[in-house]
Amino acid sequence: MTDRPALRRLGLLTPALATIAVLIGVPLALMFWISLLQKGDSGGVDWASAPSLGNYIRLVWEEDFDGTMIVNTSYLIILLRSVLQAAVTTGLCLLFGLPVALWMAGLSRGQREIMLLLITIPFWTNLLVRNYAWLIILREDGWLSQLVNSLSPVGPVQLLYNDLAVAIGLTYSFLPFMILPLYTVFEKFDWRLLEAAHDLGAPRRRALRRVVIPIAMPGIAAGSLLVFIPCLGAFVTPALLGGGKTLMLGNVIQMQFAASRNWPFGAALSVVLLALMLVVMVAMAIWRNRRVK
Amino acid sequence: MTDSSVVSITAVSKSFGRGTAAIRVLEDVSVEIGRREFFTLLGPSGCGKTTLLRLIAGFETADQGRIAIEGQDVTQTPPYHRPVNTVFQSYALFPHLTVEQNVGFALEEQRLPADKIRTRVGEALEMVRMQSFARRRPAELSGGQQQRVALARALAPRPKVLLLDEPLSALDLKLRKEMQIELKLLQAEAGITFLFVTHDQEEALTLSDRVAVMQGGRILQIGAPHDIYEAPTHRFVADFIGDINLIEAEALPGNTLQLAGGATLSVPHDARGKVTLAIRPERARIAAAGAGHLQARVVHTAYLGTALLHKLALADGGTFLLRQSNLDASPLAMGSSVGVSLPAENLRVLVQ
Repeated sequence: MTDRPALRRLGLLTPALATIAVLIGVPLALMFWISLLQKGDSGGVDWASAPSLGNYIRLVWEEDFDGTMIVNTSYLIILLRSVLQAAVTTGLCLLFGLPVALWMAGLSRGQREIMLLLITIPFWTNLLVRNYAWLIILREDGWLSQLVNSLSPVGPVQLLYNDLAVAIGLTYSFLPFMILPLYTVFEKFDWRLLEAAHDLGAPRRRALRRVVIPIAMPGIAAGSLLVFIPCLGAFVTPALLGGGKTLMLGNVIQMQFAASRNWPFGAALSVVLLALMLVVMVAMAIWRNRRVK
Repeated sequence: MTDSSVVSITAVSKSFGRGTAAIRVLEDVSVEIGRREFFTLLGPSGCGKTTLLRLIAGFETADQGRIAIEGQDVTQTPPYHRPVNTVFQSYALFPHLTVEQNVGFALEEQRLPADKIRTRVGEALEMVRMQSFARRRPAELSGGQQQRVALARALAPRPKVLLLDEPLSALDLKLRKEMQIELKLLQAEAGITFLFVTHDQEEALTLSDRVAVMQGGRILQIGAPHDIYEAPTHRFVADFIGDINLIEAEALPGNTLQLAGGATLSVPHDARGKVTLAIRPERARIAAAGAGHLQARVVHTAYLGTALLHKLALADGGTFLLRQSNLDASPLAMGSSVGVSLPAENLRVLVQ
């Protein structure tokens, strides 16, 4: 009976596998199927329509009045902007998160616990509420706007309803996802390596670049992924702080399902977003594998 | 400061912590380390030896005093501008770099041209016989191999002084013995001053040109291994290094010492009142019962191959170790009474 442990393992795994299959596999398959169908006459899905790639074609080409297909760049631009916005946010999170994580790792045990608590406290409040809070801070009579405008040498600056506001809001929302994995790496970091780097002639900045950051790379990669992926699909922050002017992929998808009631096209957009995330993750995995070798 | 001294430490003090909680780790330490010298700081843990090493490396800053390397004051110089390199107790090899990248680290910081770095890395790895491991990562090496890489990495930039912080303590006994010999050869080959920190007295005696014995943040005695062993000036030094018998005595005028048992010895001294006499086990002699300076009973005899080690119970209750060469050993029955004679020239009168 050599296969008994294997059998038992399968038995123990079954509930988890079933949950994943029912709650993730089935909806994904459903979404992919819907993306191939047509929208119904009164919105939703026309389940009887013949499956086609029409919704995907619509992303890039549209039918001109005379029936010829011309390239429509509006969705591609939104896609590109979403990637750019997510990349900028990831960069900002890294810029602010790295020093915080480094600093936290150097604190005493008790102080660290307090800092960890402070960093997770924002999660106790709904994301929507926190974004409204930023709305109040950034709007024209908000304190940050007034402070910036009183110091600005180039006249009044608009802080709200633009890409900057979205970047601020996203960075604020996702910063903990960057800090926590970085902190995990730095907490385990052998600080004697920093002494060794100094000893071998590397001043602070060089030691950071040649020793600390390369060793923290797994944390940086994990944090970047945790920020970049959800940023790509974010829709609350761009909708509120971007004022509907600066659309991201998440907003377009949400519009397709709600206002436009074009589920198949929304599903197609979702599949594209999913594919994009998958590409990023696979690229990251390959890159990390190469580094280990 | 003399011309030949590479490291010159003058009246250095260091405390950790602040206010009343401050702990004095180094107290007014002064020492000169000569060119191409193998100098060892020896002492129990907490004696301040590692702190002194870290002060020279630049990882800590002295509260008082002055540290100079090759005549240049480096007391306030950061570690990356000091002409010294360290072999860490934990090796502290960079896990993300290969062996050759580790060894070349300092050379890259010096902005040497790539071909020169390659040559110097090759030389350093050859010195520790690790050329064939150049492309490995530290995690793929054994403890002894990591040790060699750490040595090569610290030697590659050709420091004025190589600082070694208990580098052999993580190795097993056999490997440690091998590495001791290699270290000594390496020092001769590289022609660099070695400052070695250890708590292992045997290691210190084997390797060093000179040893500084430290206790409680002070240097008690500096001398060649022979001097430290044969002529300890402090009770602590005598006790810390090797086996030794300590006997209480009363110093009388006229170069006379009176032992507790009443026997007197004629030893030149300038002490007064109670003193401690020290004698190594191999320096005392067995005498007939009733003769000699001390009377004792044989408790146990250990056969050591080349010698016999007798454990004796003294008449006044103390224990005395006596080492007898196998050549002149006369068998002593357990429980038999013997006398112990203390040759005056082998006795040391110690400061408490």
